[in-house]
Amino acid sequence: MKNDNALVSQPTYYEEVQRKGYSRRDFVKFVSMMTAFIGLEQSAIGQVAKALETKQRMPVIWLHFQECTCCSESFLRSSHPIVADILLDKISLDYSETLMAASGTQAEDVLKNTMAKYKGQYLLCIEGSVPMGADGVYCMIGGKTSFQILQEVSEGAAAIIAWGSCASNGCVQSAKPNPTGATPIHKLIKGKPIIKVPGCPPIGEVMAGVIVHYLTFGRIPELDRLGRPKAFYNKRVHDTCYRRPFYDAGLFVETFDDENAKKGYCLYKVGCKGPSTYNACAVTKWNGGTSFPIQSGHPCIGCSEENFWDNGRLYDRASSFSGFGIEANADDLGKVALGVTAAGLAVHAIATNFGKSKLIHDHETEGKESEQELDS
Amino acid sequence: MANKYLHIPRLRRVYVWELPVRIYHWLNALAIVVLIITGFYISNPVALLSSKDASQQYIMGWFRYIHFAAAYIFFFNFLFRLYWGFVGNKYANWKQFIPTSKRFFHEIWAVFKIDILMLKKNGKEQEHLSIGHNAMAGIIYFMTFLAFLVQCLTGFGLYARMSSWWLPKLFAWVPVLLGGDILTRKIHHWSMWYFIIFTVIHVYLVFYHDYVEGRGETSSMVGGWKFIEEDVFEKNLHQTPNPEKTEVEEITKH
Ligand code: HEM
Ligand code: HEM
Ligand code: SF4
Repeated sequence: MKNDNALVSQPTYYEEVQRKGYSRRDFVKFVSMMTAFIGLEQSAIGQVAKALETKQRMPVIWLHFQECTCCSESFLRSSHPIVADILLDKISLDYSETLMAASGTQAEDVLKNTMAKYKGQYLLCIEGSVPMGADGVYCMIGGKTSFQILQEVSEGAAAIIAWGSCASNGCVQSAKPNPTGATPIHKLIKGKPIIKVPGCPPIGEVMAGVIVHYLTFGRIPELDRLGRPKAFYNKRVHDTCYRRPFYDAGLFVETFDDENAKKGYCLYKVGCKGPSTYNACAVTKWNGGTSFPIQSGHPCIGCSEENFWDNGRLYDRASSFSGFGIEANADDLGKVALGVTAAGLAVHAIATNFGKSKLIHDHETEGKESEQELDS
Repeated sequence: MANKYLHIPRLRRVYVWELPVRIYHWLNALAIVVLIITGFYISNPVALLSSKDASQQYIMGWFRYIHFAAAYIFFFNFLFRLYWGFVGNKYANWKQFIPTSKRFFHEIWAVFKIDILMLKKNGKEQEHLSIGHNAMAGIIYFMTFLAFLVQCLTGFGLYARMSSWWLPKLFAWVPVLLGGDILTRKIHHWSMWYFIIFTVIHVYLVFYHDYVEGRGETSSMVGGWKFIEEDVFEKNLHQTPNPEKTEVEEITKH
C-alpha cells in the first residue's frame, strides 16, 4: 500500500507550495492545522511536514457518479487555501470530471494513462453512489456504466476514499424505493482498503485531513467499525455540542420562534439528530470554523448517518412509522394499540361474568358456606 | 369436629414461586416501570419554563441517569432469571417457557379455548388448572424475555459510546449491525410499547385467574403459594407444560 516509491518523478508537495508562492510560514501553519485536525499529537507536526516536503505528489483519480458535487465544493472551499490549491486543484488531480480542463477522448486518455502509469499506487476518490438498477443505465460516462468504470479503476488503486454519504451509504438517491438501485462503494468493491467519509457533504477540513494522513503515513487512517476514520467520526455531534448544558438541564426549544430559541436552548425537541450522529461538526465546524447548523439555530439532520433520509422526519424527534398511509408516529400507534387492548380486556371481563358465571357462583357458594361454618 | 368441613374440597398449598423468583419479579416490574417512565421522558421531555441557569439544573441528566441505573438493575436481574431457569424449581425451569413437546402446544390450544373463547364442554363451564404458568402464559413470557433481549441489546448498544466500562462496550456492534444509532434508537423506542401492552394484559390476566379460579394467583408472586384442590391434585388433572406425565386428552377431558 506504500505509495511513496517507484513513482515517476514528480515534484513534492512542498516544492509545489513554493512554486505557488506560499511562504514557509504558510506551509507550517497549514501543516500544524492539518496535524491537529487528524488528531495527531503536536510532536507529529514534524512528521507531517517532512512527508509533505519529501514525498512526491500522489496520483489521485477522482470519479463522480450519482452525486451533486457538494463534496468537491466542500473540499475546494475548505478554509485553508493550500488545501484547494495544492492538494486538489492544481497538482494532485490527474483525473476529475469536474475540475479538469480536458474533455472527451482527451480526458479518457488521461484516465487511462494515469491508471497504467501508476498502477497499484494511485488513490481513488469516489464521489457518488453507483446505480445498479436497469443494468446501470442511470449514470453512464463515455459509454460505460458507473459500475464498469468503478471496477476498472479500482483494480489498480492503492486505496479508495468514498467521499460523502452517496459513496458511503447511498444518500438520498437510495431512499425508498431507491428507483435507480443506488449502491454505496463498499457493497460493490471488496479486497481494497476503503475509507468512508460520510456527510452531505463531509467537512472540507476532514476531507483534507484524511488525504494528509494517507500521504504522511502511506496507509489509511484508523477506522471505526463502520469504516469511518476514527479521528473525525468517533464522537456524536451531541457529545461535543455547545448546547449540551441546556440538554442536560432539560431546557429545550419548543418551536423555532419561541423565547427558548432566542436563548439558544437545545434543539432536541425540534428534531435534532445530534444524539445519534457521528461527525466532527461541533468541533471543526464549517467554513473555516465559522459556524455549524446547530450554532445557527437549526437542528442536526444527521446527514452523515446511514438512512437519515428514511429514518423519520427532520423536524420531529418522534419515531415515525412509514407504511401506514400517512406517516404515523410510533407513539400514536402505541396508543391505538393500547386502546384496542383495553377494549379487548373490557370485553373479556364482561364475557367472563357470563361464560364463567357458574364456576364463579360455585366458588362463591362454597366460600360462603365456609364463612358460615367457621364460627358456628 | 374434623369432618365438619368434609364436603368442601380441601386445598393443598403448593410452593410455586421461590423467593429468588419473587424478588426477581418485583425488581423486574419496578425496573421496567421506571424505564418506561424515564424512557418516555427521554424521548419527549416536557416543556420547562425556567428562570434558572442551565448550570443550576440537571433534569434531563437525572432522567437519563435513572434510566441507566434502572437499566443495569434490569439487565443483571434478567441474567439472574436466566440462570435460575436452570437451577430453580420446576415451575421456574426454562422448559416452562420454551416448548419442547407437542403437549405444550396442545395446552396452549386448551387454554385458548377455555380462557379466551370460554367454550363449554358438554354444557359445562371449564377451568384450566395449572400450578406454574399455563402454557400460553409460558410462551408469552418467552416472547417477553426476547423483548428483554432486544431492549438490552439496543439499549446497551446506544449506551456503549457513552460509557467507558467494558460491559456496555461489548454491545458496540449492535448499532453497527443496524446501520447506526438512529435506527437502534427507534427500535428501542418501539419495543417499549410491547412492555406497556404486556403489562396491562398481564396484570389483567392475573386478576382474571384469581377471580375465576380463586386459588391465590395474585398473591402467589408475593408469598409464593398457590392452592390446588386435593382431588385435582390426586387425579393429576393440573397442568405443568412440558413434563410428560399427563396425557393431552386429560386436559380437555376435565
Ligand atoms: C424495558 C426496558 C426499557 C425501556 C422500556 C426503555 C425505553 C426507552 C425509551 C422510550 C427511550 C427513548 C428513545 C427515544 O429517544 O425515542 C430510551 C432511551 C435510551 N435507553 Fe432505554 N429502555 C429500556 C431499557 C434500556 C436498557 C436495558 C438500556 C441499557 C443501557 C437502555 C439504554 C438507553 C439509552 C442509552 C437510551 C438513549 C438515551 C440518550 O441518548 O439520551 N434502555 N429507552
Ligand atoms: C401489579 C402488578 C403485577 C402483578 C400482580 C403480577 C403478578 C404476577 C404473577 C402472579 C405471576 C405468575 C403468573 C403465572 O402464574 O403464570 C407473574 C409472572 C410474571 N410477571 Fe408479573 N405481575 C405484575 C406486574 C408485572 C410487570 C410490570 C412485569 C413486567 C413487565 C411483569 C412480568 C412478569 C414476568 C416476566 C413473569 C414470569 C415470571 C417468571 O417465571 O419469571 N409482571 N406476575
Ligand atoms: S442541540 Fe442537538 S446536538 Fe446539541 S445538545 Fe441539543 S440535541 Fe444534542
